[in-house]
Amino acid sequence: MMGYLARRLVSLALSLVVASAVIFLVVEVAPGDPASFMLGMNAQSDTVAALRSELGLDLPPVQRYLAWIGGMMTGDFGVSYTYRAPVAQMVAERVQVSLPLALLALGLAVVIALPAGIVAATHRGKAADLGVVGATQLGVAIPNFWFAMLLVLLFALKLRWFSAGGFPGWSDPVMALKSLTLPAVALALPQAAILARVLRSSLIDILSEDFMRTARAKGLSRRQTLWRHGLRAALIPVLTILGLQFSFLLAGAIIIEQVFFLPGLGRLIFQAITQRDLIVVESVTMLLVFAVIAVNFLTDLAYVAADPRLRR
Amino acid sequence: MSSSGLKYPGGEPQAGGQRPPLLALDHLSLRIHDTPILHDVTLGLAAGEILALTGESGSGKSMTAFATMGLLPKGARPQGRIALHGTDLLSETEAQMSARRGRDIGMVFQEPMTALNPFHRIGDQVAETIRIHQKTSRGEANRQAAETLARTGLDPAKIPPSRYPHELSGGQRQRVVIAMAIALKPKLLIADEPTTALDVTTQAQILDLLHGLVRSDGMAMLLITHDLAVVAQHADRIAVMKTGRIVETGPTAQVLAERKHPYTRALLEASAHQPHLTPKAPGAPLLVAKDVVRSYPGRRAGLKRGAPARAVDGVSLTVASGERVGLVGESGCGKSTLTRAILGLEPVQGGSITLGGQPVGSKGTRRQMQAVFQDPYGSFNPRHRVGKLVSEPFHLTGVAPETAIAEALAEVGLAPEDAQRHIHAFSGGQRQRIAIARALIIRPELVIFDEAVSALDVRVRARILDLIAELTNRHGLASLFISHDLGVVRGITDRVMVMRAGKIVEQGPTASVFDNPQHWYTKLLLDAAPKLPPLSGGGDTDAGWPHAR
Repeated sequence: MMGYLARRLVSLALSLVVASAVIFLVVEVAPGDPASFMLGMNAQSDTVAALRSELGLDLPPVQRYLAWIGGMMTGDFGVSYTYRAPVAQMVAERVQVSLPLALLALGLAVVIALPAGIVAATHRGKAADLGVVGATQLGVAIPNFWFAMLLVLLFALKLRWFSAGGFPGWSDPVMALKSLTLPAVALALPQAAILARVLRSSLIDILSEDFMRTARAKGLSRRQTLWRHGLRAALIPVLTILGLQFSFLLAGAIIIEQVFFLPGLGRLIFQAITQRDLIVVESVTMLLVFAVIAVNFLTDLAYVAADPRLRR
Repeated sequence: MSSSGLKYPGGEPQAGGQRPPLLALDHLSLRIHDTPILHDVTLGLAAGEILALTGESGSGKSMTAFATMGLLPKGARPQGRIALHGTDLLSETEAQMSARRGRDIGMVFQEPMTALNPFHRIGDQVAETIRIHQKTSRGEANRQAAETLARTGLDPAKIPPSRYPHELSGGQRQRVVIAMAIALKPKLLIADEPTTALDVTTQAQILDLLHGLVRSDGMAMLLITHDLAVVAQHADRIAVMKTGRIVETGPTAQVLAERKHPYTRALLEASAHQPHLTPKAPGAPLLVAKDVVRSYPGRRAGLKRGAPARAVDGVSLTVASGERVGLVGESGCGKSTLTRAILGLEPVQGGSITLGGQPVGSKGTRRQMQAVFQDPYGSFNPRHRVGKLVSEPFHLTGVAPETAIAEALAEVGLAPEDAQRHIHAFSGGQRQRIAIARALIIRPELVIFDEAVSALDVRVRARILDLIAELTNRHGLASLFISHDLGVVRGITDRVMVMRAGKIVEQGPTASVFDNPQHWYTKLLLDAAPKLPPLSGGGDTDAGWPHAR
């Protein structure tokens, strides 16, 4: 068990080193010079050179890489070329929107998917199952921005329950949550559909396992067998998907952020790319990579907690 | 382990009719959707009695058990009566049946590897049976569970209740399943092929355990098994099933001795069947293995690895041309690994294996050596027709003439037209015939039979063994017959090797190894194998090999 943890931590650290090197290289070879972009088309070449020197862009790449890594270790993510503001501060503001949004969407997805998947698996081939399977097919197929627009039309414009967009900040938590509700629903729907399908098929497999029959032979009812013996085993593949979905929701909500005009991480990185704000791109990407790797690590730990066969 | 003597009571069976039966099946019929499964099954089981329900696969034995448990599959429609202490179980509600399962009726299953929940500790799984039915505290249930586990022979010092199933061997897991079934001392225990998936030495221990528990707790046991030797040793009475009907029932000794019904007679004769081998003088060495070692990297412990595990540990063996050699051993002894190495499918870390002087795995040796495996379902591509499947080995030589396919099929007792059919149209025994046809079609010099008859019913197995014997006689084939089943190996080989923990511990002419074993492990294996009583009066006189005991 401790050996397993040690191995996983080593591989986590290695992944971070490799990822940071790749991110740095890719951003380096990407066309476009931040200094000339910031100064516009008509800038003098010596002005550009001065700015490059001020930004540290004239140093050798290895030195810049080490400086970047070293800075991040101490919480210094550099200063945005465009806004001249510390990247750490910009990211912190955006995370206040993106992280709650991702968690809310994931929570909603789980709340929808669990009962749907269970009902479908236990009523296999019957009307309830066909209903769930049909609905999840729709859920996967419908583009979420289109669904988001429908939500806006109904709940914001017609019923006026929620605002159509924007984020008022966390000073008023109720308002903040209200403004995140519609985007979270739009994000959660396809994720819930995927989760429900995964849960349904894994539960169907588990229901035919020998140990489920053994549990019935002990005198457990169908329902008790499902709750005490079936669900835990069936949730393991669901856990895998959850881990992947969280990483996606954190940064991949860009279209939904656009539709609802939310100041999230997705929009930050998109703007930074179009403005050649390389230091922001690098640092935010690195943060996201860290989040993904950390979530995967936690998922692995959850596996071990769930399945004693992995504890060696 | 002590050798358990023949336990069937001679002439004084506990007759079901003298006491009111604990369990009475009365004209039980069963259809699943529109397929009839059981017809008019009538059975009685008295308290404290062991009744064996035997027959071939598909005869309805397990369905009879599941009907009694009220655990029939969807679409099943039972008719008739299943009375436990006079109460008809078929008319009880699901909730009433749930209350009975585990309390009044316990059940032990065939597959101990999958019958336990891998996510729960074994103690908790046994305690669950107790907590479902009794209002006891968790601590009290755990204490009772630990006690029950100890009763089933799991030493708490070595296998405490805090273990998980994956940390136990197959035999140990079956003890846990038994503990779950007997925790509340039910009146009726149903054991569905409880030892079929286990090794012969483990099988003997588990059967003795069940037998002892049933006797000491005064339980009745419905023992479902296809193995007549197991029946002979453990059952008071026997009921023989065929295609959903009980064809014969009576005290074990009487049924086995009189063999009134032709089906019972056929089953017994097939169980003890010995194919006819013409004695031959072995020729020059064909397959030669010298000091073969196959090891696997040790298990990781932290960032280090343990010592490598040797699955095959310095094995040397020779199969001469035309010689029929057996390799026996229990699961995990390394015989499968050795077989794969001989077939050139597994790299070896030491020693050499040659066939006709060439190292195995080269193209020439593949043509000279063919194999027949255990699973007649999994070893064929279901999309191809039999003609193509049988002629597969011809990709080694190039030509696949129609006449060769027809000839190969004819030789294993199939018709030339069968070449046009798909594999799913054939039964298990026919599929094994097709596998043999595929192995023989390019006239190899050595055929490896890897548990080739283990999945077959006794009557089919007897015919396939006859076929193998006849073909090896006719073509002067050398064969290596790998099996855990000593009876089968005895009949089909000239020489036998016994393997244990990666090493060959004894070898010699088959008859002398079986009649006069030298190594303690060989003796243990022979002792543990369940034995049929000698057949008397007509029929096959050369039957039931261990009757010398």
